[in-house]
Amino acid sequence: MDLVLFLTFAVVAVGCAINLVLQRHPISAAISLIGVMASLAVLYLLLGAEFIAAVQVIVYAGAIMVLFVFVIMLLNAEAEGKTGRSLVARYVGLPSLFLFLSLLGFLIHALYPSSERTTFGGFTGGTAENVGRLLFTDYLLPFEVTSILILVAILGAVILARKEAD
Amino acid sequence: MTGVPLSWYLILSAVLFSLGVAGFLIRRNIITVFMSIELMLNAVNLSFVAFSYQLRQVNGHLFTFFVMVVAAAEAAVGLAIILAVFRNRGTLQIDEIDSMKN
Repeated sequence: MDLVLFLTFAVVAVGCAINLVLQRHPISAAISLIGVMASLAVLYLLLGAEFIAAVQVIVYAGAIMVLFVFVIMLLNAEAEGKTGRSLVARYVGLPSLFLFLSLLGFLIHALYPSSERTTFGGFTGGTAENVGRLLFTDYLLPFEVTSILILVAILGAVILARKEAD
Repeated sequence: MTGVPLSWYLILSAVLFSLGVAGFLIRRNIITVFMSIELMLNAVNLSFVAFSYQLRQVNGHLFTFFVMVVAAAEAAVGLAIILAVFRNRGTLQIDEIDSMKN
């Protein structure tokens, strides 16, 4: 059952990611990215990270993607034009991507033999309670720094997006 | 034997990251380039959570959480910059925004 769920959502994630790369229109790319994020949330659940899965859906697939879709709509972004691709990109880029991925796959298999198997329920430490406890004890300083970061980001976004008052 | 080998999660993460890099390099629309960066961040998050499972520690989840927060801040600022660029230039194609060339 674990394997079926993993394979289903891994295929969905990779398919949506390929679609994101190949689509010319930004709104289609945004929809594909939502698909990637939703299927990654299922994989987080399989790994026992229930809090992170919920945050993934709420913050990533919800808030951030709404922001993206909003900007696409606001700017009336249209499909990008065709540009002359270089021959190097076509004949070297794709083979080197495959080479890189197969090298990396070999390395990962060599470092992490498939004896360790992950099952649903094998690790149940990712509840909101555990994450929150760690967040407010060991990671209190990073947590506070993030709040300042968010504040600065909000101010920066407001100032950047404001119309210039000459 | 049920269960998924841990390495499969890492390979999926590597595939998603590479697709993000490919999208970053071949797309011409600034918003799609930005979305490719988000895809790369998501791929890294997946390997954080996978390692967190293997080590049976919650620390990886915390790092994923911080990556999400930084991604949210980055999206807000980045999209505001895109708005400002579009207002000044009237285009979203990155090869038409080349005033820093020569």
